Amino acid sequence: MQVDLSQNFFQLFALPQEFPVDEKRLVSRFQELQKQLHPDRFAAASSAERRWSMQAASVVNEAYQTLSRELPRAIYLLTLQGVSVDEETDTQMAPAFLMEQMEYREALEAAENSADPVAALERLRQQLKSGVVAQREAFTRAADESNWNEARTVVRQWQFLDKLSREVRRLDERLDT
Amino acid sequence: MALLQIAEPGQSEAPHQRRLAVGIDLGTTNSLVAAVRSGMADVLADENGHRSVPSVVRYTPGCSPVVGHAAATGSGDSRSTIRSAKRLMGKGATDLVDSWLCRHYRFDLDSGSVPAFLTADGPRTAIEVSAAILGRLKHTAEAALGGELVGAVVTVPAYFDDAQRQATKDAASLAGLQVLRLMNEPTAAAVAYGLDNEEEGIVAIYDLGGGTFDISLLKLQRGVFEVLATAGNTELGGDDIDNAIVQWLMDKACIERLADENAEAAAKVYARSLKEALSTSASVDVDWRDDAGHHVLCQLSIEEFNDISRPLVMQTLKPCRQVLRDAGIDREDVTAVVMVGGSTRVPLVRDSVAAFFERDVLTSIDPDEVVAIGAAIQANILAGNKAGSDLLLLDVTPLSLGLEIMGGLVEKIIPRNTTIPIARGQEFTTYKDAQTAMALHVVQGERELVEDCRSLARFELAGIPARVAGAARIQVLFQVDADGLLTVSALERDSGVVASVNVKPSYGLSDGEIENMLRDSMKHAGEDMQKRVLREQKVEAARVLEALAAALQADGDEHLDAEERARIDDLVRQLSDVLQHSTDREVIRQAVHALERGSGDFVERRMNASVRKMMSGQGIDAMDEAVGKARHEACTSDP
Repeated sequence: MQVDLSQNFFQLFALPQEFPVDEKRLVSRFQELQKQLHPDRFAAASSAERRWSMQAASVVNEAYQTLSRELPRAIYLLTLQGVSVDEETDTQMAPAFLMEQMEYREALEAAENSADPVAALERLRQQLKSGVVAQREAFTRAADESNWNEARTVVRQWQFLDKLSREVRRLDERLDT
Repeated sequence: MALLQIAEPGQSEAPHQRRLAVGIDLGTTNSLVAAVRSGMADVLADENGHRSVPSVVRYTPGCSPVVGHAAATGSGDSRSTIRSAKRLMGKGATDLVDSWLCRHYRFDLDSGSVPAFLTADGPRTAIEVSAAILGRLKHTAEAALGGELVGAVVTVPAYFDDAQRQATKDAASLAGLQVLRLMNEPTAAAVAYGLDNEEEGIVAIYDLGGGTFDISLLKLQRGVFEVLATAGNTELGGDDIDNAIVQWLMDKACIERLADENAEAAAKVYARSLKEALSTSASVDVDWRDDAGHHVLCQLSIEEFNDISRPLVMQTLKPCRQVLRDAGIDREDVTAVVMVGGSTRVPLVRDSVAAFFERDVLTSIDPDEVVAIGAAIQANILAGNKAGSDLLLLDVTPLSLGLEIMGGLVEKIIPRNTTIPIARGQEFTTYKDAQTAMALHVVQGERELVEDCRSLARFELAGIPARVAGAARIQVLFQVDADGLLTVSALERDSGVVASVNVKPSYGLSDGEIENMLRDSMKHAGEDMQKRVLREQKVEAARVLEALAAALQADGDEHLDAEERARIDDLVRQLSDVLQHSTDREVIRQAVHALERGSGDFVERRMNASVRKMMSGQGIDAMDEAVGKARHEACTSDP
């Protein structure tokens, strides 16, 4: 069935197609859409209607999860510009950035074996956090100027930090168990 | 195709159309059924006045199974008296090794994909045992409400994986119950609690039942309950405290083991009575003797009892830390802690949880009934009895879904705590020239190695066009529905060939097995299988007619010209006629199908119009008002 859920996520949420989003509007729009489309509204209905509702609600959930988090939102904005951030397409990164990444990784390995791993992880987490803040600002600038090439580089670096953050989290979970 | 009906503001459903729907808490130890009557949700008592049914089923050769109190209290073959069957839902033979169940029951591990209890009445799977309990609750509800149920909301632990949820749904259909929604137990508790108290904020639901433990963090705001995170342990509950007390009794009596299963069951019942007494007093007199003549006569103080149960209680705090971390929530951000499950009557549990969250815990609603009551409230809404309800539950996947990739590693496709329903695609390619098939292994869990995750299903994609290696592009779509159940479909991108998917659920039942069980249970119940499917088909047909009539009345003129309208009216007449005169299920089914096909365009136009209206900025403001009063009805089925 052809229902117009094929609009891009920004259109679906009636938001301007730009990096900063009005979170209040995002949330309230999400709730409005789900109140209309969610399978709970069709629980007593027949199978095709339930399936349609499930598909529509899935699109809305996907859209919300993309727009409500910064990195996925940035990647999505690039995708809409026809810019791929596929990790396999190239690996050219600024040497200074790569150097920094290596230092982070060494710090992560050292943290696990340090006397106070929790404190060491916390320090690393703070560093990564400010790193992400820098990437966010850089992305906002680049997107503002429609400099998609630069925006793409920023996102690639951001992904590195994100991956590292997840590893920090995993280690944190391991230490907790 | 589908119909979407938005009622005019103020228009409410006629009383005679009120649909009987119930909430069911299918517990490890006890099960309850509740319903909303005259605007109030309450637990329904059976003909003996019991508000809960022990989740115990006893099988005797050639007879209908005995369910509930009679099975729990009567003496008899303990191997044929099945307790805690919920622990086996969705589990495979390998899960049974070293489990409590395995020490108490004999199993048939070889025949079929699901292990079965060996009872005096032959092998019985946990699904059949659960179906017997659900059937009993259905009977209680229909007697109390005076009519046939349209459906039920059945609760499951939030931590239940796909196989366990599917097993629960299978049990319901075996019992002849239409599942309106599988609902997470903590979410149900929050519904009961939130609606009564209009709570806003972040609520932790701590649910320690007989056999399962769940902790969930829910965000409540403006009528939306959002599950932020859930964690738990399906192998931890009040039963374990009972078992620990039995162990303590045995240590006191200096015995290594109890004589037999009957002795163990009796000891457990006694242990439970001690635990319950200690919920309200500081010590309890112990006077226990088994059939072999062992005798324990002493006092059990609350301090000593706390020492016995502390290791189990402490085990529940680890998942508490995990949900906080998953949701990115600090302990001080939690605005309320709700206690659910009979085991939260144990003072040590309350105190430990209060200490962990650094706040008082809420116990004002009966912890045994709160889940069933929440489910009843949700069932009433889902059945369409409460037009204009603003309540919306947004649930999440409890565990990550992934695929096995090279080297026995797991690639996560849908991470844990993703809001459902959700669909995610993943592209694969062939690695050999002229490869036309591909095996996929779907797993659920958080670990990186396949062997540490739970195997859900193995899929074989066949019919891939023969190409050179890497040329075929196969899009595999994972769809998780609002019940948290996964389906997988696959498509070859360039040729558009839909690869066939052979599902082999690792721990599930095939449709054939379910049908056999259904036949089998019908034999006992004396109900005619043919009658039942005919009745179901008639209900379906009536629903299609009702929804279509409402839609035609609402905006048939807007979307249809005279000729189209006449064609649909003709099909409606044909179906009404068949419905009245035919007793052939297939004839009715075909008439339904013809009507659905014939009205497909109409349905699609309406749906598009509604969605357009909703999507347009202007529509949204008008929607604010209408949303509260909107009611959706629908008809249709597969194209």
